[in-house]
Formats: sequence, structure tokens, C-alpha cells
Amino acid sequence: MEKFTIHTSSPEETGALAEKLGQLLGAGDVLTLEGDLGAGKTTFSKGLAKGLGVTRVVNSPTFTIIKEYKGRLPFYHMDVYRLEDSDEDLGFEEYFAGEGVTVVEWAHFIEDHLPAERLQIEIRREDEDARVLHFYPKSERFITLCKELLA
Amino acid sequence: MEKDEIILAIETSCDETAVAIIKNGTEMLANIVASQIESHKRFGGVVPEVASRHHVEQVTVVIEEALVTAGLTMEEITAIAVTEGPGLVGALLIGVNAAKALAFAHDLPLVPVHHIAGHIYANRLVTEMHFPLLALVVSGGHTELVYMKEHGSFEVIGETRDDAAGEAYDKVARTLNMPYPGGPHIDRLAQAGQPSIKLPRAWLEPDSYDFSFSGLKSAVINTVHNAAQRGEELAPEDLAASFQASVVEVLVEKTARAARAYDVKQVLVAGGVAANQGLRSALEARFQNEEVPLVIPPLSLCTDNAAMIGAAGSIAYRKGTRADWALNGVPGLDLEAQ
Repeated sequence: MEKFTIHTSSPEETGALAEKLGQLLGAGDVLTLEGDLGAGKTTFSKGLAKGLGVTRVVNSPTFTIIKEYKGRLPFYHMDVYRLEDSDEDLGFEEYFAGEGVTVVEWAHFIEDHLPAERLQIEIRREDEDARVLHFYPKSERFITLCKELLA
Repeated sequence: MEKDEIILAIETSCDETAVAIIKNGTEMLANIVASQIESHKRFGGVVPEVASRHHVEQVTVVIEEALVTAGLTMEEITAIAVTEGPGLVGALLIGVNAAKALAFAHDLPLVPVHHIAGHIYANRLVTEMHFPLLALVVSGGHTELVYMKEHGSFEVIGETRDDAAGEAYDKVARTLNMPYPGGPHIDRLAQAGQPSIKLPRAWLEPDSYDFSFSGLKSAVINTVHNAAQRGEELAPEDLAASFQASVVEVLVEKTARAARAYDVKQVLVAGGVAANQGLRSALEARFQNEEVPLVIPPLSLCTDNAAMIGAAGSIAYRKGTRADWALNGVPGLDLEAQ
């Protein structure tokens, strides 16, 4: 499996990396985000939204599970933490195959619903501000995209 | 004499199946809430599927109970009000469809209500509203300062940029291995502790009424983590008290500042986190020195209920707001577009 790794030293740097990624994304792209509480999943998602041209405040979707935003492309922000142990399908297919970009936090809780072609991202805490990000591209397109992002 | 306006209101946006009957906008004839918190405890959060199933099982029973409590029949109802959003889509749909069925069967007007407008209007069941006013809305999914220049007009002047206050409570509770819902546990623990641990306050830009609780959440996690690495154990009471002190200080200070800047006649508190003792007493203490009156509804009207939907629904009904049979649950419904 292809793997790309990058280190960031601050939330700002993590956000800037995500913003750059956001600029490269296209309709129907699905990204998954894994990482502990406080790892920076929402920080990453906010950067991504900025890169997608979303101007509204992007805040945590933990409570409502899915939040939708308008940008250069529609942006679907999901936090499926609360779907642990539940088999519910909240119409994921329509989002994944839709016109927008979907980011799924805590994606392993809906493993069975995820599309095969996706960009899997893991954020690990190194110290208070520093993070290491692992990118696992699950398609040729995402491999190219990762190379472009990290070039 | 004019005929009384009797609204039957349904609220199923999250984990409470609630039905209320409200007379002339302010008088509660019935206020029934069937909570699901027990069945969600083991999941550490609201599970949408479980929530929807409970709503289906309970909604007709709760409607019946509300009518019996009020001593009324459907023939005496003026209109049906229902929460359109925001909330969990599967949960909202149950209430919306129950409301549509009732309205259709009895040929009654159907009035859609925004959940947060409902929380704010819970205050009208306690005291008359005076405009312009400022509402501090703090709940599981929301932390907002809302300016209202008149009935039915909502301007969000500040909101959270990351976690809602309630979310921050639940996430910190998860870090401290406490059961769901985390808020009441932290509140209780905090009463027994000292705010002795240094945690940040997110003031953001000097002129901003926005909130941010994500940095605080990370700081709590870092503090626990660093203490564990040093082989120390922090008193959970002190950690809870310190966390709560940070949340409360920012909420209270920004509310007081906005109330002055907007020169409001009343400050209302709304939402489930308004049940928090630490927040209530800090707000009361702070507003003792302010000229503007502070209104905090009783606990039973702070958490999700349908009486508040009936109170907001009454205003919307009088303004002529109506939904047709295409009404749907809207998980991300915008308050300002109301």
C-alpha cells in the first residue's frame, strides 16, 4: 500500500496543508480522517473547507453527524463517532457519489459503507502542537494527488 | 371574546420524544417528555438509529398523553407546530411526519419551527420578551449569541468556530472516562473541586463574539497526558472545576459584553447547557451588577421539550408561517433564514 508521511509543527501548518489539499480536490472525492480526540481532525477539515472555497464557519459536526457547506464544490463534513455499534446508513452513498467532496471523521465506524477509492488520512499527535500525518491513497488518482500535494 | 389559540407542538430533533399543548402562546396545558437517555448511555452518545426507533414507538403515545393531560380533543386544537430542524435527520422525520399526519387528518394549519428559536422562546413561558434582546444559546450542538430586534427575527452575532460548549463537555468527559451525557457529571464534579489547574480561555479577536472550545479540549487532554507521563494523577474534581471555569468565564464575559454593545433590554439564556449550575450561578452573579435583566428558564424548559416549540410556534402561527405537505426534516436548518 502506498503511503505518504508529512510532519507539521503547528495547527496553522496542519490547516495550511489541508487547505492546499482542498484546492486539488474534485467532485466525488472522499477522504477519511482518523485520529484521537484533539488530534486535529476539525482543524484539518476547516483547512480543507477553506481550500474548497467555503466561507461559512465550519465547526464540529459531532452532534448532527453531517454538516453541508457551499464552496467551489459542495463540502460534506461528517463525524460518525456516534454511529459506533450502529448499523445505520444515513444515505452515505448519495454523499459519496455526489457532486461534492466528503470528509469523514472516525470513518472506521462506517467501514462497510466507505467507497473503495478514497484518500485515507491518519493524524497522530507528536507533542502539544506537532503532528504527523499519514496519507494512504486508495486509487491512482489519489496517489497522483498526494505526490502533487507533498512535492 | 376571541377564541383561544391552542397549539399542539411536537419535538423529536434528538433523543427526547416530546409533545406539548400551549394556550395563547404562553400557557402550558401539557408538556410531556419521553427521554431516551438511559438507552443511549451505553453507546456514549446519541445513536441516530436508536433515537429514530424510539421516536416511532413513542410519538403517538406521547401525543395521546398530552391530549389527556390537557383534557382536550383534537377538535379543540388550532394548529400543529413541529421542529423542522436542525437535528438528526431520522429523528426529525418522525416528528415531521406525525405532525403532517395530524394536520392532514384534522385539517389544521402546519407550522414549522426552528429548534433553536424554540429554545429561545422557552423564555416566553416564564416571562414576556422585551426587544431588542440577546439570547445566549448553549446546548449539545450549539453555542451562539443571537440578537433579536423583534419577534421572529434572529441575527447570529457570535457562534462557535469548532466545538459547541456541550460537545466540549461530552468530549472532556470521554477523556475522563465518564458516562454519557458528560455535562451533568462534570458540573457535579466541578462543584467538589477547585479551579486550580491553569487552562486557556479563548477570547479570539477583541471585537469577536465567536467562541472556540477546541483549544480548551486539547489543553485538558494535554494536561492529563503530561501528568500521566510524570506519573502524577490529577484530581478529576479539580480538572472538571478548571475546565468548567474556563468555559463559563468566556460564555459569561462575551454575553455581558454583547449585551452592552447592542444595548439590549433583556438577556435570555437557552439550551440544555443552561441547566449547568456553574454557568447559572456565574451568569446570575455577573448580571447582578448590570442594568439589563437576565432570564434563565427552569431546568425542565432548558433541555429539549415541546413546550418551547409551541411557544415559538404560536408566534410563527400569528405571523402566518405555514408549511405544506412537502415539509421535511432539515438537519442543517439555518436560524437566520427564519
